[in-house]
Amino acid sequence: MKMTCKSALKRTVAATAIATFGASALSAAEITYVSGAVGNAIEDFKTIVAPWEEATGHTVTLVPMPASTTDQFGQYRLWLAAGNGDIDLYQTDVIWAPQLADHFVDLSDVAGELMESHFPSIVESQTVDGRLVALPLFTDAPALYYRKDLLEKHNQPVPTTWEQLTEVAQAVQDAERAEGNADIWGFVWQGNAYEGLTCDALEWVKSSGGGQIIEPDGTISINNPNAIAAIELAATWPGTISPEGVVSYQEEEARGVWQTGNAVFMRNWPYAYGLGNSDDSAVKGLFEVTTLPTGQGHDTSAATLGGWNVGVSKYGDNQEAAISLAMYLAGPEAQKTRSLIASNLPTIVDLYEDEDIAREQPIIPQWKDVFLQAVPRPSAPTKQDYNEVSTLFFSAVHSVLTGDESAADALADLEMDLEDLLE
Amino acid sequence: MKAQPTRWLIWKWISKTCWSNSSTLKKIAPGGATPGATSGTVYGKVPKNWSGEIMSSTDVGTARTARGRELNLQQQRVRAAYMFLIPMLVMLAVVAAWPLFRSISFSFTDASANTIFNGQSEWIGFENYLERRVRSNGEVRWRGILADGDWWNAVWNTVRFSLISVSLETFFGLLVALVLNAEFKGRGLVRAAILIPWAIPTVVSARMWGWMLNDQFGIINHLMMSIGLIDQPIAWTASSDTSMIAVLIVDVWKTTPFMALLILAGLQLIPRDMYEAAKIDGVHPVRVFFKITLPLLRPAIMVAVIFRALDALRIFDLIYLLTPQSDATVTMSVLSYREIQQFGDYGEGSAMSTLLFFIITLFVLLYIKLGKVDLSGEKS
Repeated sequence: MKMTCKSALKRTVAATAIATFGASALSAAEITYVSGAVGNAIEDFKTIVAPWEEATGHTVTLVPMPASTTDQFGQYRLWLAAGNGDIDLYQTDVIWAPQLADHFVDLSDVAGELMESHFPSIVESQTVDGRLVALPLFTDAPALYYRKDLLEKHNQPVPTTWEQLTEVAQAVQDAERAEGNADIWGFVWQGNAYEGLTCDALEWVKSSGGGQIIEPDGTISINNPNAIAAIELAATWPGTISPEGVVSYQEEEARGVWQTGNAVFMRNWPYAYGLGNSDDSAVKGLFEVTTLPTGQGHDTSAATLGGWNVGVSKYGDNQEAAISLAMYLAGPEAQKTRSLIASNLPTIVDLYEDEDIAREQPIIPQWKDVFLQAVPRPSAPTKQDYNEVSTLFFSAVHSVLTGDESAADALADLEMDLEDLLE
Repeated sequence: MKAQPTRWLIWKWISKTCWSNSSTLKKIAPGGATPGATSGTVYGKVPKNWSGEIMSSTDVGTARTARGRELNLQQQRVRAAYMFLIPMLVMLAVVAAWPLFRSISFSFTDASANTIFNGQSEWIGFENYLERRVRSNGEVRWRGILADGDWWNAVWNTVRFSLISVSLETFFGLLVALVLNAEFKGRGLVRAAILIPWAIPTVVSARMWGWMLNDQFGIINHLMMSIGLIDQPIAWTASSDTSMIAVLIVDVWKTTPFMALLILAGLQLIPRDMYEAAKIDGVHPVRVFFKITLPLLRPAIMVAVIFRALDALRIFDLIYLLTPQSDATVTMSVLSYREIQQFGDYGEGSAMSTLLFFIITLFVLLYIKLGKVDLSGEKS
């Protein structure tokens, strides 16, 4: 009897201990979220997660990473391959799912219902072998930003082809400079040798009928006259309508020139819309956006499909809380907040009809058009080799932009390199 | 007796290195430590004691026991030395030898980001370095790093960068050191101030210079335009013509203080009286510099150059930050980083690191041989 009492007591104590410690561990989990930091990403993230932190009692720490997605990816893959438990959630680019799938928790059961309200194509891009490896946070498709005040002033149309854009940009730039606006440039974009150039160049090529580097069936299609012509046209921009330094610009450098009022056109992602209309912006209220131009004689524009998702690491210590946060971030409340404060495009279809969003960020409902012309980067047919394919492509394009090689030579070499890599 | 030659060698080594009175010691060899000698034989010369007097046979016996004891003491000292050295040797093995060995062994495998931690990578021999591939249409293609134009471009960039940057830094470092060596008011302050570029982390200085060299809002372009040196802003880091120059400017700015410091240390070792003697003899200052300062400074400069050359040959941070992915400046380290971090190809990346290691070794050996550098400090 005595023995039973004792063991019962022991058991109770143990149970209490587990309950206490377990509960405290649950109620005060510290979630680590890693993400690249562009624009106001850090402040915005705090605003977005605040309601979740309040509701659950957990805290979220954002680990900011460099803005270059190439750098982010390298670091994430290293951490994940090493089974690093310090990071619970990874914010992942739309192209990373096939390469990082093994390291993320399958969310198809918990998020299945929530995903029904999202764009099916985006959910599909995050599904690898039937496993949903990341939940969409927002989608991204670039557009052409233009200064409507300057176009009106110089009586120029909104260009619909790249050739027209070249002419209009040159005309406005010359006219403005003649009036003493020495710092004005026609067109700013992302010409640095990095993933962003793959996006820009894919748009020139695809919208000129030059294919999408590697077709969904795996055919290498890049070495064709349309692609060569498109890249050759782009190579005339640096030093004429674009600053010579554009070949070292990423998104933020382009936005820097644009937002100080020194560019007529800019190719950029939606995040620049909200920032461009902020109070300290020199172009507040002076610009509009439209779909990117097409190549002459082609009628479909192309916008590289971007977008960010959140994956739950298999190795994190607070998986349950991490999944809860991922669900919250992909849900309607967080996506709406994100649209309102950061002008990010929601992945939930209904939010495009939302009145608050339509009022605060009138551009988002319009962006549906851009989004409909989105073209994916060839990450699905190239799988593990995508980064190398992309690097070969942007290096080839970059060498044409800097004038080191002709487009024909660069693309012929590229074709051979791609064949070697993928055979 | 078989082990004796080795013991003899060790003894010789000890007596040479640790024993000040080695010449005497050789004359009185220790008991049983001479190859082929039996105990009690008087060898070679007539035994003498320390002061050189001829010793009696009893003396010889006593001396021999004393030598034996000394030998034991020597052995103990060597053993103690090893005990003290072991932690450092273990450390070196863990942080230097083991990673180097791993890198070299990875270079013979197809290790990738997904296989590196679970050991599923396969041995592929020299394929990362050079591989003959026959394509489906019968065309023969050479693959691998040694057949890769990008690699040789990186090698050329690295060598070019190292030669130019180290030469400029040595020259400017010498100038700065000579100035700092002169007596003037506030010298301490200037000496501290000149070190600032070296004290700033490369990441920070690269970013800072990146802004200063920016084509749109950079101050360098602004200054050059306002004094009329150029009429169009130069895209320093973006244009392939100027990106190497930009990298060199920043590296020279950053590392000259380091060279100056090392050379200054060498300058202060030169005895003052040599200058005084030269002054009394009325030697022209230029002649003093070339006949006294420079020859005496040579060892310090040569060692400083080796330090810098080692650093320059494996340059990564500055180039990666200032001109990322530009073919005009990409170096071996950057290429190896790209292969490993961005492509996840640990095999090929390790092969590049291994080649980099051998290339640096080759350069340093050549430098030491051609420059007759004395690293052991024995000759000085």
